[in-house]
Amino acid sequence: MRKCSLDKINLVFAEIAKSSALYLPVDQNDGSAAYKKWEEGTVWSNALNTVRSPKDFFFPQTEDLMKFKTSGKNIEIIDTRSEAEDFVVFGVRACDVKSFDILDRVFLSEHVDSFYGSRREHGVIVSVACTRPSETCFCKTFGIDPSESAGDISAWKTETEIFFKANTQKGEELLNKLSSLTEECDETVVNEQKAKINAVMNKLPLKDLNTEAFGGGKTNEFFNSPLWDELSQTCLGCGTCTFVCPTCQCYDIKDFNTGNGVIRFRCWDSCMYSEFTKMAHGNNRLTQKERFRQRFMHKLVYYPENNDGLFSCVGCGRCISKCPISMNIVKVMKKMGGAVNE
Amino acid sequence: MNNREETLIPKLGVITDVRIDTPDIKTFRVVTPDGKKAFDHRPGQCAMLSIPGVGEAMFSITSSPTNEEYMEFSIKKCGCVTDWLHQAEVGQQITIRGPYGNPFPVDDVFAGKNLLFIAGGVGLAPLRSVINYCRHYRDRYGKIDIVYGSRSKDDLLDYQEIIEEWSNDAGVDVHLTIDNPQEGWDGHVGFVPNYVKELGFDTDKVAVLCGPPIMIKFTLEGLCAIGFEKTNIYTTLELRMKCGVGKCGRCNVGSKYVCKDGPVFRCDELDELPAEY
Amino acid sequence: MQKITREQLIEKAVSLLADGTVSCVLGWSKGEFDYDVTPALFNNEEELKANFVFNDFCGVNFSKYLISKTNKCDGKILVFLKPCDTYSFNQLLTEHRFDREKVYAVGIPCEGMADIAKVKQICGDGISSIAFDGEKMAVTTLYDDAPVMISTADVLAERCVNCKSKKHVAFDELMGDEGEVIDSNRFDEVEKLEAMTPDERFAFWQNELSRCIRCNACRDVCPACTCEKCVFDNPNSGVENKSPANSFEEKMFHIIRAFHVAGRCTDCGECSRVCPQNIPLHLLNRKFIKDMNEFYGEYQAGAEVGLRAPLVDYTLTDIEPGEVFDRGDSDA
Repeated sequence: MRKCSLDKINLVFAEIAKSSALYLPVDQNDGSAAYKKWEEGTVWSNALNTVRSPKDFFFPQTEDLMKFKTSGKNIEIIDTRSEAEDFVVFGVRACDVKSFDILDRVFLSEHVDSFYGSRREHGVIVSVACTRPSETCFCKTFGIDPSESAGDISAWKTETEIFFKANTQKGEELLNKLSSLTEECDETVVNEQKAKINAVMNKLPLKDLNTEAFGGGKTNEFFNSPLWDELSQTCLGCGTCTFVCPTCQCYDIKDFNTGNGVIRFRCWDSCMYSEFTKMAHGNNRLTQKERFRQRFMHKLVYYPENNDGLFSCVGCGRCISKCPISMNIVKVMKKMGGAVNE
Repeated sequence: MNNREETLIPKLGVITDVRIDTPDIKTFRVVTPDGKKAFDHRPGQCAMLSIPGVGEAMFSITSSPTNEEYMEFSIKKCGCVTDWLHQAEVGQQITIRGPYGNPFPVDDVFAGKNLLFIAGGVGLAPLRSVINYCRHYRDRYGKIDIVYGSRSKDDLLDYQEIIEEWSNDAGVDVHLTIDNPQEGWDGHVGFVPNYVKELGFDTDKVAVLCGPPIMIKFTLEGLCAIGFEKTNIYTTLELRMKCGVGKCGRCNVGSKYVCKDGPVFRCDELDELPAEY
Repeated sequence: MQKITREQLIEKAVSLLADGTVSCVLGWSKGEFDYDVTPALFNNEEELKANFVFNDFCGVNFSKYLISKTNKCDGKILVFLKPCDTYSFNQLLTEHRFDREKVYAVGIPCEGMADIAKVKQICGDGISSIAFDGEKMAVTTLYDDAPVMISTADVLAERCVNCKSKKHVAFDELMGDEGEVIDSNRFDEVEKLEAMTPDERFAFWQNELSRCIRCNACRDVCPACTCEKCVFDNPNSGVENKSPANSFEEKMFHIIRAFHVAGRCTDCGECSRVCPQNIPLHLLNRKFIKDMNEFYGEYQAGAEVGLRAPLVDYTLTDIEPGEVFDRGDSDA
């Protein structure tokens, strides 16, 4: 384990930025935090987490897939891909780190998505433990440990110092670049912080939420439950939850005519939108209840069925704070999980 | 330059023939600009065809993989991409990528069996690739029965091929029907599910269905009523698809992605899925 | 801090259910914490007693839900309306969006609703409970020994800071006292923007709108946005849903939407409340309202049912387009 004093943090950032683009959470003028590119003078935010999750770095909201030029009956396909440049995302929380795992299983499975793949290879994650979890946090429900975030480098920040531990080869390489700014140390302070964090986790209001009722193979148990009517009653179908969620991965592919050719691009989409499954012959999910049900069944039943029981939720709590009508996965789990046990 | 493989980036294809089959279905012959098949496929698989600026959509490959010269797509005119294709001319380039999806198990489950193909309307298109594959390797399969119906005589797809080739094959029986009586038609009149019941097949067959959802529903009921097991009935589904590789989430039903785990499903597998297709 | 209590509201709802005036109730349902209230339909006394809440976090405007819920309830729906909600109610009736006969509206007084983000800015994350005590709220957190006392007036939602009216313009029954229209300063922020140079103003909006993630929460919650087929859901419109092809289109979404609701926006503020990125959308709408007041005379959408909005009506005293254009030039 290595450490350095927090007054040297800007030197650390400058050192990293010499060889890679560096991104970290920065306070915005409305009080929230967002990942921004580091430059001299950028201050690392103290916020617990950002509004938009770091999935943006690997799966951006929009990205061009390819270009076409047409003339008469002919088409020219132009591959506009470039290899991603090295970059470092600093200050990622344990929940968001886990979300990359979940996205990997989708994008890096057969027919590997080269756009995502290239970014994943060139990205280095420095994750930080959460010293002040929020009442909306429930990462432990999904087996995530906020005191030991699993990025390429795990970090712990105290009032005066910051500690680093490399977990992967990429992490080692990055840490080596900082060897002149950091020094060897033992794990005492870090262990104390971990204990404090775990103590707080045991006081959180959502600490008893568990996933026992859910998982693969439970489609029939939950699909026809009458509780979906009640839960989806006032859902606006706005899609905010899918956009702030670090694990939501649905996307759309669209063509944009620039007047000088066509760009085929990909953009985030939401299964909550009414047009998501609309086709020439009709729409297999006509009501908001069906779309609402699809999202939660996917996260709690379908995804685990295809991915060895891994749930497609990391307990980050963004849906809890951002839903306009305060519906969220916790309410769904409590209502549905409870119902089965009755 | 990102040199990794990327399935979302298509190949170029060119339309070399357009055949008008019915008032709203045309069959397009597609090869690469240097005259070859864009890729090999297995019966029942699909490909994504697109026109830049118009859109991209998934179509089942109607020609059999044993056709080594070109691929064919029978496309019904009903939306943006299909409308555009219907007014395309020979020589028009399009993009093509694939093959995608789970094919029919022609080499394991179907081998040595009697086969019963039941199709309605444009649903014959995906089954044609299987039928022609089986006709090519004729001695690998038992008796072949084909029941095919459409709204009217003019809406029967691949009519020439059915009359001139399929009906004349040994061990292949073709039963055609149209929904309502029509002048010039002296064949059977009636809906496909009823016709199947009337014909009264033995259950020693593997059945393959494709057609409008309502036809599949009633035909399935009819087959089960005469003793077919759902484990011996196959069908192919259709949902809106965008990526074709099980990532964008659009065709996700239950724990399956229709583009990747399907579109071919066995009917007992369908029972496991929520009723959302 | 609200003058009316949860118990009083439940009592009212229960008595109206019992005497058959209504068969279901649109109200606020409690969440996991004290501030995450979800709108819900209650069908009987047990459900009301178990889950109905009313506190400083009940900003939800039920008017828009009436469009879909009046079709779901057999009898009348009881809906509790705060003063600002009643304007949306009237506006929707003017547009024939729901059947008045199927609704029993009860006007309730409102002292302003709080914004949890502002509360968290004061006391940080980790709120375990909030108790309401007169003018203050006692916020207990996991990290402080004693509850943090916060004055509700300090954490009012943006739109409540400049409340335009405590008067209910629509109701079948009123609980509490009749209120007055307020001479608020709601155009102050707009005037500040108008005083900026075009470059400064562009930079301001650029900064705010660049955070937009096109989640459509603002459109979906807006009572004026009730088109069955929204232009942003239409693939042929060129400005379809989901993320924009470029940043120009991103800003166009908000400007287009502001134009579409101009004259029908009642300034209820829901758009800003729901925005996950805290974009002050209501400022755009208020600018339009201010302009229309100047061009076409003072007009408040939803003040009465059947009012003709300035942009769908023509009078001989309407401003000439040339004058509007000239004014735009002089701003430049």
